[in-house]
Amino acid sequence: MALTDSIPRPGTTRRMTLHQQDVLTGFLLLLPSLVIILGVSLLPILVTLVVSVTSTQIANPIPNGFIGLNNYLDFIKSDVFWAAIQRTAYFTFVSVGLELLLGMAVATLIHARPPGWKFLRVSLIIPWAVPTIVNGAMWRWIYNADYGSLNALLQQLGVIKNYIPWLIDPLRAMNMVIIADIWHSVPFIALILQAAMATIPIELEEAAAVDGATAWQRFLSIRLPLLRSAILVALVIRSVEAFRVFDIIYVITQGGPAFGTVTISYLTYLETFSYGHLGRGASISFLISIFTMIMAMIYIRILYRGGEVQR
Amino acid sequence: MKRRRRLSLALMVFFSVIALVLIYAPVAWLIISSISTRADLLTIPLHWIPVHPTLQNYLDILIPGTAASDVAATFKVTLGNSLLVASSTTLISLVAGSLAAYALARLAIPFRQTLFIGLMSTRMIPEISLVIPLYILAAKAGLMDSPIILILTYLSFALPFAVWMLAAFFETVPFELEDAARIDGASRLGLLFRVVLPVAAPGLVSTAIFTFLLAWDEFFFALIFTSTLASKTVPVAIAEFTGRYAVDITAMMTGGVLAALPPVILSLIFQRYIVTGLTSGAVKG
Repeated sequence: MALTDSIPRPGTTRRMTLHQQDVLTGFLLLLPSLVIILGVSLLPILVTLVVSVTSTQIANPIPNGFIGLNNYLDFIKSDVFWAAIQRTAYFTFVSVGLELLLGMAVATLIHARPPGWKFLRVSLIIPWAVPTIVNGAMWRWIYNADYGSLNALLQQLGVIKNYIPWLIDPLRAMNMVIIADIWHSVPFIALILQAAMATIPIELEEAAAVDGATAWQRFLSIRLPLLRSAILVALVIRSVEAFRVFDIIYVITQGGPAFGTVTISYLTYLETFSYGHLGRGASISFLISIFTMIMAMIYIRILYRGGEVQR
Repeated sequence: MKRRRRLSLALMVFFSVIALVLIYAPVAWLIISSISTRADLLTIPLHWIPVHPTLQNYLDILIPGTAASDVAATFKVTLGNSLLVASSTTLISLVAGSLAAYALARLAIPFRQTLFIGLMSTRMIPEISLVIPLYILAAKAGLMDSPIILILTYLSFALPFAVWMLAAFFETVPFELEDAARIDGASRLGLLFRVVLPVAAPGLVSTAIFTFLLAWDEFFFALIFTSTLASKTVPVAIAEFTGRYAVDITAMMTGGVLAALPPVILSLIFQRYIVTGLTSGAVKG
């Protein structure tokens, strides 16, 4: 030991310096990204926290007027806030739930390789790639009460007698927004699940079939457990996105009718930019980011299992 | 047994057809609306095949001077803005991102795991939680209504995303390739540019497409930070058709088709990369 300490072998020193070099290089390589992320994400989120304990207004957008936790307490006591939470929860549960079910169904269908499965898989890319705003505009036109194609189709098929104003009733409007969201998001889930299914060794299910397991049993006891992490990833990603839904609501209903589609993000937008209460807006948006961080932690735990990154 | 197999085949074909109809019917109506005259769309009962098909709506938007409405004439400018903002965001994310991703994927730097997790969490911070400080910043720095503030704010989600995705691809490059080049005396940067990037080129393409789509799709920041043609992007322009100009349905649908074309065409051309991207932990819903 003492010998190697006093007379370092050339190889050892060289490896040491190489390692130090790597750390220095690594730091320099990371620097541009770290500076940008610090500037546009980390500092802003801290400033949001600061603004959330003030009564700052948009007319004078410098954090001022410290009022402690009053913004938060106001919301916790207000019906508007809880109604928005309720609508957000409804949107998230219904849309993500249906998207997972339908996504799984489509993935299973493609995995069974019916004639034309390749065409079906390529076709899935289209709804996924259509920008959210275009998707919303398209459905808004389809739902149009007077000239919309949904009414025309249902009437010509004899399903309805008179045109239905789809976006007049709050709950129905919310459901129509969910349908538009489902059209856009099912392909994403289907593509992820289908890719995961393709990695399951075919022998497993064949062996079970030989042993007399029905298709449904094979699905439940072999395919579903093996798809666990893919399902969880899709579930967490979609839940985070659904919880912060804004764009599609802005285009289809503008939060209406009668605030019927005002979700928590939409409420934040109204508070901040329509009513100009930056402080109040900041407090809700900070609550949203806490929820999102919890979901992010779940997501990271799924990806990092046993210290290894699963991709 | 044979009859059962034929039955299940018939069922699968049946469900495939339903899936295809559900995918294409809304898109078909979008396209049909864009090549119809307004009068044709407002007839009852509705004709599914346009009586007077026309490309006039496209000409109104694409050829200046012929436009019937102001909105249609200005739409082309917003297409340009979207292209500028989305490609700048993509370029910066790729350059800064591949440097950082190489450090995270290959170098024994301290706090590597922490940095990775921090990156993932930043990617998930909702835009709405960042917008107020960024709004204050933009107002103070005189960056309101400029493409620069959009590019800066888009980096908040595009850059962590790009680093994350690139690191995943860099990790798949065999160490042996780098070792060989190292013996030949290549520096770390030399390894990145001459060995890792060429080998991980598909990952680079994949990341570029995803980042571009994320930026092209972005609406919320654009809604808050833009107000005139100096920086207004396509999603904002389309949202405006639905708001103030609710009657201009043909222009809105035509704008919709034009806005959807770049991402749809890109995704179809590079579909192989899209599916790998989705499975490597990509996050575009």
